[in-house]
Amino acid sequence: MTALDNGSRKLRAVVGSQISRDEEMFGAAFDRQVVRRFMGYVKPYRGAIAVAIAAVLTFTASQLAIPLVIRWAIDDALLSDAKGVSLLTVTVIAYFAIVLTNYAANWLQDWLVGWTGERVIFALRRAMFEHLQKVALTFMDRTEVGRMMSRLQGDVNSLQEFLDNSITAIGDLVLLVGIVVIMLALNLELGILTLAIVPTLFLVRIVWLPRARRAFRHARETNSIVSGALAEGIRAVRTVQAMRREGVNRDLFQIKAHDNLRAHLRSAKFGQTMVPIVDSLTGVALAVVIVLGGGLVLRDALDIGVIVAFVFYVQRFFDPIRSLTMQYSVMQRAMASGQRIFEVLDVPLAITDRPDAAAPDDIQGSVEFRDVTFGYERNRAVLHDVSFRVAPGETVALVGPTGSGKTSITALLHHFYEVWDGAILIDDIDVRDYSKDALARHVSMVLQDPFLFTGTILENIRYNKTDATRKDVENAARVVGAHDFIMRLPQGYDTMLTEMGRNLSLGQRQLLSFARALVANTRILILDEATANIDSYTERQIQHALAKLLEGRTGIVIAHRLATIRGADRIIVLRDGRIVETGPHDALMAQNGLYASLYALNYASFDDMPENLAKQAADNSGAT
Amino acid sequence: MTNQDYSGGRRSAGDIEILWRIVRLALRHRRRVSVAVVATLFAVGLQLMVPRLLGDAIDGALLTLDDAALDVAAARDTLWITAALLLAVSVARGAFTLAHNYAGETIGHFVGYQLRLDFYAKLQELNFTFHDRVHTGDLVTRGLLDIEGVRMFFNMGVLRSLLLIVLVVVGASLMLSTDLVLGLLSLSFVPFVAWQSATVRLRLRGLWLRLQETLGVLGRIMDENLSGIRVVRAFGAERHEMGKYDETALEALGVSRQRIAARSSATSLMTLAFFISMGLVLWIGGLRVLSGDMTVGTLTEFLTFMTILQQPIRQIGMVVNSFARASTCGGRLFSVLDITPEIADAPDAKPLDIGEGVVRFEDVTFAYDEGSAPVLDHVSFEVRRGKTLGIVGPPGSGKSTIAQLLPRHYEAISGQITIDGQDIRDVTAESLREAVCVVAQDPYLFTSSIENNIAYGDPWADEPEIRDAAGAAQIGSFIDTLPEAYETLVGERGVSLSGGQKQRVAIARAALLEPAILVLDDSTAAIDAGTERRIQQALQSRATDRATIIVSHRLSALKHADEILFIEAGRIVERGTHVSLLAENGKYAALYRLQTSGAEEPSAVPEVAE
Repeated sequence: MTALDNGSRKLRAVVGSQISRDEEMFGAAFDRQVVRRFMGYVKPYRGAIAVAIAAVLTFTASQLAIPLVIRWAIDDALLSDAKGVSLLTVTVIAYFAIVLTNYAANWLQDWLVGWTGERVIFALRRAMFEHLQKVALTFMDRTEVGRMMSRLQGDVNSLQEFLDNSITAIGDLVLLVGIVVIMLALNLELGILTLAIVPTLFLVRIVWLPRARRAFRHARETNSIVSGALAEGIRAVRTVQAMRREGVNRDLFQIKAHDNLRAHLRSAKFGQTMVPIVDSLTGVALAVVIVLGGGLVLRDALDIGVIVAFVFYVQRFFDPIRSLTMQYSVMQRAMASGQRIFEVLDVPLAITDRPDAAAPDDIQGSVEFRDVTFGYERNRAVLHDVSFRVAPGETVALVGPTGSGKTSITALLHHFYEVWDGAILIDDIDVRDYSKDALARHVSMVLQDPFLFTGTILENIRYNKTDATRKDVENAARVVGAHDFIMRLPQGYDTMLTEMGRNLSLGQRQLLSFARALVANTRILILDEATANIDSYTERQIQHALAKLLEGRTGIVIAHRLATIRGADRIIVLRDGRIVETGPHDALMAQNGLYASLYALNYASFDDMPENLAKQAADNSGAT
Repeated sequence: MTNQDYSGGRRSAGDIEILWRIVRLALRHRRRVSVAVVATLFAVGLQLMVPRLLGDAIDGALLTLDDAALDVAAARDTLWITAALLLAVSVARGAFTLAHNYAGETIGHFVGYQLRLDFYAKLQELNFTFHDRVHTGDLVTRGLLDIEGVRMFFNMGVLRSLLLIVLVVVGASLMLSTDLVLGLLSLSFVPFVAWQSATVRLRLRGLWLRLQETLGVLGRIMDENLSGIRVVRAFGAERHEMGKYDETALEALGVSRQRIAARSSATSLMTLAFFISMGLVLWIGGLRVLSGDMTVGTLTEFLTFMTILQQPIRQIGMVVNSFARASTCGGRLFSVLDITPEIADAPDAKPLDIGEGVVRFEDVTFAYDEGSAPVLDHVSFEVRRGKTLGIVGPPGSGKSTIAQLLPRHYEAISGQITIDGQDIRDVTAESLREAVCVVAQDPYLFTSSIENNIAYGDPWADEPEIRDAAGAAQIGSFIDTLPEAYETLVGERGVSLSGGQKQRVAIARAALLEPAILVLDDSTAAIDAGTERRIQQALQSRATDRATIIVSHRLSALKHADEILFIEAGRIVERGTHVSLLAENGKYAALYRLQTSGAEEPSAVPEVAE
């Protein structure tokens, strides 16, 4: 690894992120709360579960019975004084009856356990997802999407594993107990001595398991580190090649990959040590059966068939012990996952509709904020006594430095959050008195970062207005000026947008989200203008589309660009959650306050403005 | 999804060839392979002794019972010997199984390690054309799964086949030579179970892939819903979203149901077949024992032999699956590993020798795909040390392509690009890219400290150099305000930087390297005009002996350039200085007016062409 060695200078290079993603945590293997609530989801399938348990027990019983029948065949039909073909036929018939039962029970248990588990888990996941559709936005703001996804996927899967294993664990337990009981019943002395290996097996497992699990987990962690480094290498390949880091990265990657190899070699050692131990202990048990059992047979104190049955049972010891000892960690994982899942399901729901909620078919479109005070965290209000009124059809631009409360105003109008004090009225009716559906029908929103879904352009523009025809969609696209570029795409309106529209430029995505708002055709439109830099050509087109979109609607626009701001009927200037100035462009300029000083700095966008300049402008205006 | 490969349909190797290639990779670990093979043979041999030993023990005990003349003490000795043998065989078998499993598994890990290194190195080496074509996420996940499929093949496919063949062949000959009919009966379940296991396993694999795909779609639906929750709420689309979810969830549940059904019926049928064979052995064997043709010990031997055979036979499905998986995964993986980068050093490539520092594009034509419309159409220009060239034009006009051609990330179709008279195709890529540094518009930030990010091109840079570069890029004072200054973690899971801050980090990266030719590819788009100006001044004062190319759609970034090219549809339509272009009153002048006054002059400005 000579490339990394460059005298005494410090190497400032790593590949991949150094943080492992493993969220596994271990705690109690049984949590009454979690199990009780989980049972609530299992309940609808209790019939199926009961049948599954019965099938598992029948299956186990038939497994236990088979060596006994063989023993019976040997001792009674082949070796006893009453031996003969007819007795053999009877035992063989009994054997086949058991085997057929075994087949039916086996099929039934495997099918029912698997299918019920799957349905329970789908129901649970659906409940979570549906819940997330209704929880307060404050929760969604706080929680990363990635974390929620790991609840919906990883955690749900570990509960499924738990459910599957729990039912089969019953079978394993019964099988183990059954083997012990039968062996002791067949011959107490031989049984006790042979069973002496069972505690040893358990002991070995208990000593081995935590160490092995650590080794396995370490191997998994190094896996994700290597994958992360590989992913980074691919995603950043352009930078890597431009900066000629191939050599250094290869050496750094090799170190990571080698750690991974070592971890796997170690975990392979752990994984395989169990085999000779189990084999040796089985050998011991078989030797005991032969020496002791054989001796008893010689003394005529034992039937030979019992030895045969013992041989069969001894070979069945280990499987249930293995799955039972593994069950513990499955349960630990499931309880931790369950806690996380029910945490999500316990998140309180957002405001629900009042029983007598207003749902007018049509509105005028006037908007009023009346002494609104609001904040996201206790004691930290972001809006203070904000009052303004927007007439139907009027366009108002909200202007102000970052953090002045513009976005909160738009979110409140859509009733995403509850105000602390004051009221917001649409057509002189409080937004709290509208049904959610009615609000969505009359107020639409264009977000700063145009969000598109995977699907065709048609589906994206139409979104949930599924009764909009293709013609409606085309018209909307034409109005905002998106039609031309859409038609140039390979499949026109049926072109699939992948990765949320990353195959389109930002300007194009913006136009599509305008078209979506146009199809929704609401009286009131809230628009958060994109701050990102868009080239002058697209910019012009967007301005054009914006004007079309606002035609005949009440518009509240969080504006960043001078052109948009000047186009508004009225400008509301915000600072630190208060309205400081309001009026049309010319009036505000004449007023020579904050707006005028912001404007004088002549930035293309108010948000581009370095923090200190904005502050300066604010201070200046305060002084005058 | 299962059959696509990354080379663009270049895959030609047959399955056998692919599998043989994987075997050759494993055979490099000669010692481990020999241990694995020898241990497999011993383990199987020892295991096959167990039924016979048990049978002998039973017969030994029984014979003494039947024949009083025989000595009980001698019989007891025989029992002890058999038991000791059985114990020894079990212990030895365990040890050999350990050896063969461990050797087999670790061969896989060594092969996987080597493949991972090769895959990584290859991906770092492949040209932009390859990475343009291939979906990143796909390459990562498929690549990793493919390596898994390939590395497991020697153990799960080859060694396990060996074990199965030896077990069945030797076991069968032992049984058949003992008793032909009973031997056939005890083996009668083998063909059915083997066939069932193999076909069901392949079917399950197909269903599994489909299930993963559907669950992937479901995950995407949830992810998009949660990321776009404001859109969902704003449009009141919760019901619509639940509809989308339910449709896919139901499909996934359906596939899952098929999978569980296929699995349950197959496992239970295989067990049934085994038990039926055993029943037949018990019955026919019992009749023979009754007629005195066979001892109980031999019958026991057959029965225990069958229990030994059952597990491995049921695993035939895994073996078949491993073959199927290895050939598709191997095909895909090797298709990547076998690509020779289209752009590589010529055999007689020399290091670039920079004297005058003159960059020339001579009649350069370029298209991303053969046969498609050219992105650059006979473009010629020159820029030399100490001078700045500005390039402007509408989106998609080919501006950025020029920036990518210079460090030879793509190859021109015709014409040539020279630096001090040396064609860039005749010099080493290493020296070329050392001389030419391109700062892209959308820079990649690594999840690492900010200083590691700045020192990306020269990881051995010392602290003053890094601070200096950060200062030139006007990001230094911002970094000082961060909690851990230069050691602050940035990127995906660190402090998130704004677009402008990221661009400044990228500029610092380039400034640190002090390249002879600096290309700023719209790399100040998210930086305000004042800061941009200061960056340009800082870069200029640092190096008067550098040729600079600035690609931008913002004219303030390049109006001080010594020459400005206005590019449209891959052609230079106007060229000159800011002053002369304004005087010309053409497209440049129109764009300038649009940007400075916001006034529209539709007649002079071209419609958006993207």
